[in-house]
Amino acid sequence: MLTRFILPRLGWAVVTILLATILVFGAMQALPGDAATQILGQNATPDAVATLRRQLGLDQSPVERFVTWLGNAVTGNFGTSLVSGQPVGPEVGRALLNTSILAGITIVVGFSLALALGLVAGLFRDRWLDSLISTVALVGMSIPEFIVATLLVLAFSIAIPIFPAVVVAGENASLADLGPAMTLPALSLMFVASAYIIRMMRTSVIDVMETEYVHTARLKGISTSRLVFRHVVPSAILPTLNVVAMNIAWLIGGVVVVESIFNYPGMGSLMIRSVQSRDLPTILLITVVGAMTFVICNLLADLAATLLNPRLRYPRNSK
Amino acid sequence: MTASTIVVERLQSARGFWPSVTRVARSILRSKPATLGFVLVILHILLAVLAPLIAPGNPTQNNAAAILQLPGGPYPLGTDTLGRDILSRTLYGGQYALAVSFASTALAVLLGTVIAGVAAFYGGWVDQVITRLVDSVIAVPAILAMLVLVTVFGSGPEVIVLAVVVVYTGGVTRVVRAAAMDVMPKDFIVAARARGEGVFYILSREVFPNILDVVLVEFAMRASWVVLLVSSLSFLGFGANPPTPDWGLMVAENRSLMAVVPLATLAPIVFLASLIVGLNLAADGLAKSLGVDRMKEILG
Repeated sequence: MLTRFILPRLGWAVVTILLATILVFGAMQALPGDAATQILGQNATPDAVATLRRQLGLDQSPVERFVTWLGNAVTGNFGTSLVSGQPVGPEVGRALLNTSILAGITIVVGFSLALALGLVAGLFRDRWLDSLISTVALVGMSIPEFIVATLLVLAFSIAIPIFPAVVVAGENASLADLGPAMTLPALSLMFVASAYIIRMMRTSVIDVMETEYVHTARLKGISTSRLVFRHVVPSAILPTLNVVAMNIAWLIGGVVVVESIFNYPGMGSLMIRSVQSRDLPTILLITVVGAMTFVICNLLADLAATLLNPRLRYPRNSK
Repeated sequence: MTASTIVVERLQSARGFWPSVTRVARSILRSKPATLGFVLVILHILLAVLAPLIAPGNPTQNNAAAILQLPGGPYPLGTDTLGRDILSRTLYGGQYALAVSFASTALAVLLGTVIAGVAAFYGGWVDQVITRLVDSVIAVPAILAMLVLVTVFGSGPEVIVLAVVVVYTGGVTRVVRAAAMDVMPKDFIVAARARGEGVFYILSREVFPNILDVVLVEFAMRASWVVLLVSSLSFLGFGANPPTPDWGLMVAENRSLMAVVPLATLAPIVFLASLIVGLNLAADGLAKSLGVDRMKEILG
């Protein structure tokens, strides 16, 4: 199990993350004007720019710089921010923590709700409850995060002022400061990220309900709750796991928009800021974190699917 | 495989292009949601194309004498902070969204399909390399890749098209490759290879016609995502440049004044949402009548 299943996937995961950083590093090389001119401004003397370029290591070839960066990154040193001069590790770490809390709430509350709604829709197929849930899912699939967030602000900050429209606390805000301000961002993310999960769960519940073993179980006369929780849910949740994993990776994109709307101090806000200021070390670390999230989610989905479905544990060598 | 099976396959491919188009169209018209979807999309295309004829005013003309007007008089939906007519801006708003989204989706799907075809045709290490590259491109968060590209090359419409192509070609390749892989072992392709036909002939004459359904659904589905992504970019200030009339940009511009002129924010929201709902319903309808599993395509 370990050698056959996990090790090769881990190997490919590392290669994938490495290639992703190379792609971003390469794209950033095409920028007109580098961080040195950016920091010193248009009026700096060529001497000053040259000195700073040397200090920042920008006078080396891109390949040399990438190899240096990679060597340091492997030992956990991701360099210093070209803007603040502080190590990027702790800075990204703080942002990641804030984003993880927001994403965590969305995943735990939103995704379980989505699975439940999908189950209900599938069980009550083509009845009014299903139509209602499916319509909500369609709307969730069709509305960008910024619209959901804007409408939520209109409803709950302007019309009925219960929640704050923006996070006023700064970079180092504590959790207590962020608490109430997190409601609307989390709701926006939940609504958008749940749509595909509801849909997939509904489809797979409908598929399972039509299998012969469910018919047999019904003919045996077992109770509805036993039928649903022992037979339908375990099989229906399998194909849904991939969508859940995909949505966690998608959440990274949604988080950027939602954080920027609510001024939430997380990865998304940091990403926009560092791209604007061309802060390469920060961008590279964000890429690593983003690619890692993606790879880990897919790995976990595969692993969970394998654990829940014993047939996948053995590769089909014959045919 | 017996001779009779081969005959069946030939009969199926001999059904022709136009008869199948009619069949698919009929099946779409039978479903109410799918019809609604296509009607919405066509309506949006018409509104965008005819905007110069039906808009009451100039979408980019400032009018200092009439800022933040409520609906009425010459301004059916009111005006924004610069005194621009909101109805005109909303009607013109579809031009940017539709042109950029359709161009980029078409390019991404075309490119992805060709790459997928090459991967499936050659197999072996070519396929391995392509698959690995695709996986890495997909692993870069789409929004980060787009922000980087826009910062590097500026935010002109052609850069947005390029950025979408970079971000979405990988996903298309993955889905279409899987479909092409299913077709590759079929007898008619084995026969074509044995006849000594080249890559171009086999892909264009044998493989692509047989996976056209998957490619079409992929196009419709991606189009809805691309409209969503492009409008989000505009909203963040990385897409359409002011004073371009664009829905995402309009929401960003007028959001803080929602309590004063709510329609300035709500009008572009309704237009954008109805376009994407339309695209989603159309994609669903197309998938159903072509017999393609849409959720499977999403997962790639």
